[in-house]
Amino acid sequence: MKRFQLERLANPQLLALVAVLLINWLLFPNFFRITWQDGRLFGSVIDVLNRGAPVAILAIGMTAVIATKGVDLSVGAIMAVCGAVAATMVVAGYPTPVAVIAALSVGLVCGLWNGFLVAVLDIQPIVATLVLMVAGRGIAQLITEGSIVTFNEPSLIFIGTGSFLGFPMAAVIALVLMIAVTLLVRRTAIGLFIQAIGVNRAAASLAGIHSRMLLVLVYALSGFCAAIAGIIVAADIRGADANNSGLWLELDAILAVVIGGTSLLGGKFSIPLAVVGALIIQAMNTGILVSGFRPEFNLIVKAGMIILILMLQSPLIGNALGFFKRDTRQAGSK
Amino acid sequence: MKRSLRPLAATAVIFLIAYAVSVLQFPGMLSTRVLGNFLTDNAFLGITAVGMTFVIISGGIDLSVGAVIGFTGVLIAVLISWLGFHPLVAFAIALGVAALFGAAMGVTIHYLQVPSFIVTLAGMFLARGGASVITQDSVPINHDFYSTISDLIIRLPGGGRLSFIGLLMVAIFLLGALLAHRTRFGSYVYALGGNAVSASLMGVPVARTTIQIYMLSSVLAALAGIVFSLYTSAGYPLAAVGVELDAISAVVIGGTLLTGGYGFVLGTFVGVMLLGLVQTYIIFDGTLSSWWTKIVIGVLLFLFIVLQRIIFAASAPGEESPEKV
Repeated sequence: MKRFQLERLANPQLLALVAVLLINWLLFPNFFRITWQDGRLFGSVIDVLNRGAPVAILAIGMTAVIATKGVDLSVGAIMAVCGAVAATMVVAGYPTPVAVIAALSVGLVCGLWNGFLVAVLDIQPIVATLVLMVAGRGIAQLITEGSIVTFNEPSLIFIGTGSFLGFPMAAVIALVLMIAVTLLVRRTAIGLFIQAIGVNRAAASLAGIHSRMLLVLVYALSGFCAAIAGIIVAADIRGADANNSGLWLELDAILAVVIGGTSLLGGKFSIPLAVVGALIIQAMNTGILVSGFRPEFNLIVKAGMIILILMLQSPLIGNALGFFKRDTRQAGSK
Repeated sequence: MKRSLRPLAATAVIFLIAYAVSVLQFPGMLSTRVLGNFLTDNAFLGITAVGMTFVIISGGIDLSVGAVIGFTGVLIAVLISWLGFHPLVAFAIALGVAALFGAAMGVTIHYLQVPSFIVTLAGMFLARGGASVITQDSVPINHDFYSTISDLIIRLPGGGRLSFIGLLMVAIFLLGALLAHRTRFGSYVYALGGNAVSASLMGVPVARTTIQIYMLSSVLAALAGIVFSLYTSAGYPLAAVGVELDAISAVVIGGTLLTGGYGFVLGTFVGVMLLGLVQTYIIFDGTLSSWWTKIVIGVLLFLFIVLQRIIFAASAPGEESPEKV
């Protein structure tokens, strides 16, 4: 058990996060300064947790989807739809819990729709979720009637900007969700089933796994996570912006999942590491901002990071590294 | 009729019906002016979609095309307006840069054996970021060459105009169709999309073909960027955001299978025209807001995907049909 813990601490994702934070600290010496003000913590690190939360929440659902060898491109659009639902309902005078539950249900329905297309109609995930990605923002604009719906309902705003024990509410929600979903998939057989589908869906079905049902549930989870992220983002800016809420966040979420070591080819996944991946992305964002570089460099840094990860994960490099280890064995067999 | 032509026929019939319905409602849509503008307004999308068709037939996807359009626009504008290059030289440089960019993506996809989806995502970040680093503002282009090109129009009876960029798109579609259906490279692309392993066993040069496919896509995206800069007379780093989605939608609506190995370049043309029709209809109607475009495109995408499933289930009796579920 002790060795297990040590291995966990030494994994490349956490090391990368530490490295990024250290670079931030070198560029901006006050990076780790945390102050207590108005009953909550303030500081760049807290900011990373707060700003990284929406992508982290998306990454939780996306990890499960990618583990089944799928991908969910629609999460950004679902965020916009759910934010729009929550905002318009609150403005229309519904109490916050009703609006939140309605928004979450809409996210769930969007996810079920994706799951229906993927699992029942057997459409490839990229195409199936592309439908909602294209149409979703249109639907969101239909709900908000083309304007940015702003609201002043304190209980809804609390979800985005409030604090719990000094920590930002968004980060707390992400943490709770991460623990809940991780326990769900790791303490039951569900995680194993998801991996089985990702490796070989036909074989998993033959082995008695209800793969169709499970796929629908995985996409529903992703839609649900997107709904939570959408509500947080809307509550954060006190308005639902159908055009910009969650724009390109699906790509950030996929990137976070890939950084977290989940294979895009399915079958291997880790939800906590995907959350770490989201934090790495956000730490870089914040680092670039606080160190005075122009934010456009962010995209280039992200691209460089993807390329680096791809090279590290690729079978070619793996073979080259493993060459020395396997050298003797191969020589013996030949 | 050949079974394999069914999706193409379905798309064409749906386009004709949709156009007929629009004309019944707005007789003004049946004019050479509207048809000419169809070509001009969708020229950059069409040219991008030709490259996307090849990528998708080969079983891949290219998310970087919109960013390449934006980057090309900025590069050309900077070369012409700031550095004083002649537009033709700037075009050549832009196409060369795009070819290298596409080749790099192809090399990464083939040799690192990673999904094209994630590589071209990195390419998208890189191109968009590169464009924004060069400049954040819209750079205007005022060059005699540009006005010469925009004056190159063929006037049709009834007030219609066939612009240079519209005709260029049609030419690219014809060349693309020839390339796909009449050359060795074209059959390699289909073979790769059908089954990469059997293709390589049959002697298809997988590495070279993969690299060429992504080069073709990037070069066509750069050409689309040139067309876009002729269309707007400016370069802007955030131009053509999301065009990759429109291009993919046009390809899918045009009857190309996203699993690869099957599709038509000319189907994509009908797909682009159908997207243009949706936009024109919404403009003609006047009461519908622009966001309806997105919803209608989403619905069309869904209909065509389901249609493809049904047609393929009917034409391949060995496969499990979706209705059984």
